[in-house]
Amino acid sequence: MNMEKRKKIKSISYAKWGYIFLIPFFAMYVLTYFIPLISTIYYSFFENYMSGLKQIGPNFVALENYKSILFDSDLPKYAYNTMYIWILGFIPQITISMLLAIWFTSIRLNLKFTGFFKTVIYMPNLIMAAAFAMLFWALFSDIGPINNLLVLLGFEPYRFLSEINGNRGLIALMNFLMWFGNTTILLMAGIMGIDSSIFEAAQIDGASSWQTFWHVTLPSIKPILVYVLLTSLIGGIQMFDVPQILTDGNGGPDRTSMTMIMFLNKHLYSKNYGMAGALSVILFIVTAILSFTIYNNLTEKDVYSKHRGHKMKGGKNEK
Amino acid sequence: MKKFKRFVAITLIFVMTLSLIACSSPTTEEPKQPEEPAEETPAPEVDEAEGKEGKVLNIWGWNDEFQGLFNNYFAGKGLVPEGVEVKFTIVPNRDNAYQNALDEALLNQENAPDDEKIDLFLVEADYALKYVDTDYTLDIIKDVGLTPDDISGQYKYTQEIVTDSKGAIKGTSWQATPGLFAYRRSIAKDVLGTDDPDAVQEALSTWEKFNEVAEKAHAKGYKMLSGFDDSYRTFSNNVSAPWVDENNTIIIDDNIVKWIEQTKEFTDKGYNNKTSLWDDQWAADQGPAGKVFGFFYSTWGINFTLLGNALETPLPEGVSATGDPEAYRAATEGNGIFGDYAVCYGPQNYYWGGSWLCAAAGSDNIELVREIMRVMTCDKETLTTITKDTQDFTNNIEAMEALAADDTFASAFLGGQNHIKLFVGSAKGIDMSNISPYDQGMNEGIQTAFRDYFNGTVDYDTALNNFYTAVIEKYPELKRPE
Repeated sequence: MNMEKRKKIKSISYAKWGYIFLIPFFAMYVLTYFIPLISTIYYSFFENYMSGLKQIGPNFVALENYKSILFDSDLPKYAYNTMYIWILGFIPQITISMLLAIWFTSIRLNLKFTGFFKTVIYMPNLIMAAAFAMLFWALFSDIGPINNLLVLLGFEPYRFLSEINGNRGLIALMNFLMWFGNTTILLMAGIMGIDSSIFEAAQIDGASSWQTFWHVTLPSIKPILVYVLLTSLIGGIQMFDVPQILTDGNGGPDRTSMTMIMFLNKHLYSKNYGMAGALSVILFIVTAILSFTIYNNLTEKDVYSKHRGHKMKGGKNEK
Repeated sequence: MKKFKRFVAITLIFVMTLSLIACSSPTTEEPKQPEEPAEETPAPEVDEAEGKEGKVLNIWGWNDEFQGLFNNYFAGKGLVPEGVEVKFTIVPNRDNAYQNALDEALLNQENAPDDEKIDLFLVEADYALKYVDTDYTLDIIKDVGLTPDDISGQYKYTQEIVTDSKGAIKGTSWQATPGLFAYRRSIAKDVLGTDDPDAVQEALSTWEKFNEVAEKAHAKGYKMLSGFDDSYRTFSNNVSAPWVDENNTIIIDDNIVKWIEQTKEFTDKGYNNKTSLWDDQWAADQGPAGKVFGFFYSTWGINFTLLGNALETPLPEGVSATGDPEAYRAATEGNGIFGDYAVCYGPQNYYWGGSWLCAAAGSDNIELVREIMRVMTCDKETLTTITKDTQDFTNNIEAMEALAADDTFASAFLGGQNHIKLFVGSAKGIDMSNISPYDQGMNEGIQTAFRDYFNGTVDYDTALNNFYTAVIEKYPELKRPE
């Protein structure tokens, strides 16, 4: 009897439609992600490239590609470049975004036209990175408008694109400009998800703005912060289009703006799938490890805020 | 609302599928329909072959230069047999895109349907051997059927560049691109007291003298050269061995080292303007505001690039010296520094650039390919006409020598100098037997790597190390010297 009842309930289940609707996603996923992923790993064990029009390989070389990337190449240097540029861009990005998010959501300030400002700061993200890089390349060239302006104001012209700091600084600046709007919106969603009675309670208890921020806002938006940090870090590791265009693929002076993905791209000139595959696998592992460590470090210590983070409903108070 | 949602969903799916399809299709440019000639007089050889020849002639290139010439001097004369469609596929050079596309098409040549097989494609000197030294190109004498007599009028070096390791000639060009030193008359007068090409040549005939003039120019507030790479080709074309030896080891020739030393000296002493080829400062240096003594430039560079850069206001669309001489004179006279340049040989013979025609193995239009090669690259009359029309230097010794001796032939841009005369002199001395399939990567690589050294960012050894790293990334089979 009991069994029968359960069967009946099952027979009107709509679960199969769920699976059917998921099929396109999984088909696309297998086709465009999973198969390439497996074949990348597979090819990383082979010597396989084009010498002119001649195909060399594929010859099985076991871990030879990994060895030459880890021990014979300048990968550590490119990893350092990538992280350096990412941090250079991320610090102003998170600071400014936090500041803006707090201002925009502050009941005390009650800013007007926040919709307008939100749109404006998000704008740079809508421009194609390549176009943005081309624009900067033209603006900061040796005889570009910025240098003309410097000379006009009585400064020495600065050859941005021939200097290590100039190049790295410009890339970081572009990354910052493109992403701080996005981060601001995310942080705002986080802050607005906090119950306003907590802020009121803090106010009644006589907490200063700084204390409110440090003891109320920050712990409450930790999950969002982790998310921002993680996505930005992964984006940073994958940094490619901006430096590629700005330095014409050469990585600036002395290859100091060569990021890891640009290094990967270099191997595709000779269709060197073996080396490129090995490098991709290494990057994959590094990204995975970094993500796990950060996620664990930042989320598991404080069960209370994690719990609240999950309950948080972003944008509830948004007009 | 439901309907609207469904409509949006369907539209999105449609757009996404479309973009997927669009991404996978190759960029084939429909050819400009060659103007139908009034009277059809196809060459007799082509007539005979009709029937077994393919109906579509596929030509691949990276710009429309050859397409223009082909339309004017081959198709325009009615030499394309009736019923044959000529299809140009143009893939721009940037980021190696042309070679990538060409490689893919050639590797797939055997499986492609006859009408999609490449029949003719263009290559540049720096990577010509990559294609020439394979079975994907045809011997223009044995396979294509040109006679040694046909190509006897061409400059020898243009054949050396496309000769494979077994000695077969695998390509042919309509142009020769000897290089000269183009200098500013006004600056030469100020620095040397004369702008007479012979006297200036005398003052620049060796590198020692060249350096002396650079010092004098510097003292007067001028730069001798614009950038780091300006003199590069004069050194790299006179190397004593190819870039790579038989053991796949990279060799840095003494002449390349000389270029590095000279450029470093010029940079440190302020004799150049720290530019790189093609950047905007480099172009500006060639214009009215420029303070640079001169530029190493070959045929196309002088008549197209330098001329364009020298003008204050660009030439109006469609105005050319042959099309409308009056409008041309009006547009150029007193415009920027038009007429202020002159040319001399400079310290060493060299060439720069040029395009070669290669016949692709598997072509089903051999007869037509031969005819195109014969008319466009061997026929004295056609080549003379091209030079007269475009001022470009073409690949026929006799024709060029005739124009060199012609006192009425002069370039207004060069202040009335007959540049062909100097090109003829320069072209004779070019020796390109030391070309290698890696030249493109090597030339680009060394210029990029040593830019940091010239700028003072890195020392010599670091720059050299960066050069090796960059080229071995491109050509994994190569090795550093021990």
